[in-house]
Amino acid sequence: MRLTRRALLGTAAAATLPLSRARAQAPKLKIGVLTDLSGPYKDIGGPLSSECARLAFADFGAARGLDVEIVQADHQNKPDIGAGIARQWFDRDGVDVILDLPNSGVSLAVSGVAKEKNKIFLASGPASSDLTGKACSPNTIHWVYDTWMLAHSTGGALVKAGGDSWYFITADYAFGHALERDATQFITAAGGKVLGSSAYPFPGTADFSSYLLQAQASGAKVIGIANAGADTVNSIKQAHEFGITQTLAGLLVFISDIHAIGLDTAQGLVTSSTFYWDLDDRKRAFSQRLWSKVANVRAGMSQAGVYSSTLHYLKMAAEMGAAQAKADGAATVARMKAMPTDDDCFGAGSIREDGRKIHPCYLLQVKTPAESKGAWDYHKLLATVPAEQAFRPLKDGGCPMVKS
Amino acid sequence: MVTIFGKSLMLLYGQLTLGLINGAFYALLSLGLAVIFGLLNIINFAHGALFMLGAFLAWGLLNYAGIGYWPALVLAPLLLGVFGVVLERLLIRRIAGLDHLYGLLLTFGCALVIEGLMRNQFGSSGVPYAMPPALQGPLNLGFMVLPRYRAWVVVAAAAMCLVTWLLIEKTRLGATLRAATENAALVQAFGVNVPRLVTFTYGAGVALAAFAGVLAAPMNSVNPNMGSNLIIVVFATVVIGGMGSILGSIVTGFGLGIIEGLTKVYYPEGSATVVFVVMVVVLLLRPAGLFGKAA
Repeated sequence: MRLTRRALLGTAAAATLPLSRARAQAPKLKIGVLTDLSGPYKDIGGPLSSECARLAFADFGAARGLDVEIVQADHQNKPDIGAGIARQWFDRDGVDVILDLPNSGVSLAVSGVAKEKNKIFLASGPASSDLTGKACSPNTIHWVYDTWMLAHSTGGALVKAGGDSWYFITADYAFGHALERDATQFITAAGGKVLGSSAYPFPGTADFSSYLLQAQASGAKVIGIANAGADTVNSIKQAHEFGITQTLAGLLVFISDIHAIGLDTAQGLVTSSTFYWDLDDRKRAFSQRLWSKVANVRAGMSQAGVYSSTLHYLKMAAEMGAAQAKADGAATVARMKAMPTDDDCFGAGSIREDGRKIHPCYLLQVKTPAESKGAWDYHKLLATVPAEQAFRPLKDGGCPMVKS
Repeated sequence: MVTIFGKSLMLLYGQLTLGLINGAFYALLSLGLAVIFGLLNIINFAHGALFMLGAFLAWGLLNYAGIGYWPALVLAPLLLGVFGVVLERLLIRRIAGLDHLYGLLLTFGCALVIEGLMRNQFGSSGVPYAMPPALQGPLNLGFMVLPRYRAWVVVAAAAMCLVTWLLIEKTRLGATLRAATENAALVQAFGVNVPRLVTFTYGAGVALAAFAGVLAAPMNSVNPNMGSNLIIVVFATVVIGGMGSILGSIVTGFGLGIIEGLTKVYYPEGSATVVFVVMVVVLLLRPAGLFGKAA
């Protein structure tokens, strides 16, 4: 019963903070933020994701008279629990769209449920490029980033800089393996070699020293850190502590991770992201609005993605009418793909037929403590990968929906 | 280069050293559990949460009161020991004499509440705790670079284990404690205040967890999940060592750390499971644990 009770409590808790505007004529749109509220990815998604969804409603939905309710629940990084909540939300609680979902394993399960129930899944949290590859779905849009993009941008830059031999420390589940696979492809294509890898148990590993020493002993020039969240924080800190001098490739590093690591240790790290709050005026404006609601924290790219995807969905719902938008998930997603996207976080963009949302990717470097003006001033921009080159070409994904 | 099953000897030395460090935590935590179980008959599932509180207390002392690592190493266990005493008086005492399950559920509930509150307050990425300056920097052992701090952890943990063992096995106080476990009524008849002894013991067990927590604080980030990640392995350690056996906990703790370290080299995917495989084998061959007395 644990699952149902927990989901029920989450739903009940969120229901006490309704965003609904009493409009009798339009049916209510129900948005479910399915995220990690208690584990290693809480700071990547978590409560701030729900806050971003609320902000999108405040920015757009409220003025259009849309009636929206936002609920949230904890998937506990377990695919069975996440899929269970999704089923219950779709079947019993009338949820129309599921958002966020940091954790690729859970996302692949929930994507299947959304397709089966013909609802909508706007995935900004997960990384696995399979969501728009062999596991693509007419009901899913992969919003923010993916393993191909990360490997292409960060991996590509490091190989170019001479890092031609790699050792991976990989979270042993869908995401870690997808990231390692996609990075390996770029490394070998560029003439580099992968000397080995250690797949560690996820979740529940806090000590990475053993894997770091194996990476060191392998003699590889670059250690690829194929994990996320708290695991990345620990890997990088411990590498520093054990005097590891090889280049560290933080393949997926969120701003909350850098905040936790501290600039003393993180400085110089090269990473890729599709959003950094201080890159331009629109992003700063969004961050300022969010800051006025939740102070002392800056959104990372997947939370920004919750804002952006909610906004796009609400725009579509306003255009189609709420009743139409609720009726057929796949049809709504098809129209969302046809409409260009535009928001403060990612600027102008588009959505491809395989469900891939397209926007630029930024190659960033972590500032030194001297360069940083204070908390959350962490990145400088090294390069911008244009939107059309940032993601895997449509034909290479193997998505069955794409007709060649 | 000398190799064993395809891995270089240097690498194995490194892994054995790391195993010892992890083992030090297993030993220290399972020691506290064993003391509490041996003398109070309570399966203290809150131990991991208390370990985490110890680390947060060290962090809080530094950030709010400016009290550094070394005083915190003494202060945090003392403060948390007092918290343990309150916990025992308020809650655990009320279920004394009931089935083990009640104690297990109560302490497990306490752990969930404590961890939930901390997660709510501090998030899950945790907060950084700076290493004491005297222990910063690496120690070159020839086969690996060992952070000075981790060497200190092994020494401090081993010393604390030894002190606890001596206290319980070789002193008059320890003798009284052990006698109270065997027959509380009789010891009470000799004029010893057994309920107070029990409270004190629980407090001491909690203080051990806090000590381990402060030791752990500078190593990984101080985060609300650090206890729950560890506690299951620690319980396995207690079971393998023999429920309530002090020496068993210490030896098993270090031993399991080493076995786990070796597994990480040869089959990393299995490193989370190997402890439980050992547990199954030990329980099949010696149901009372390696150092346990058969009931």
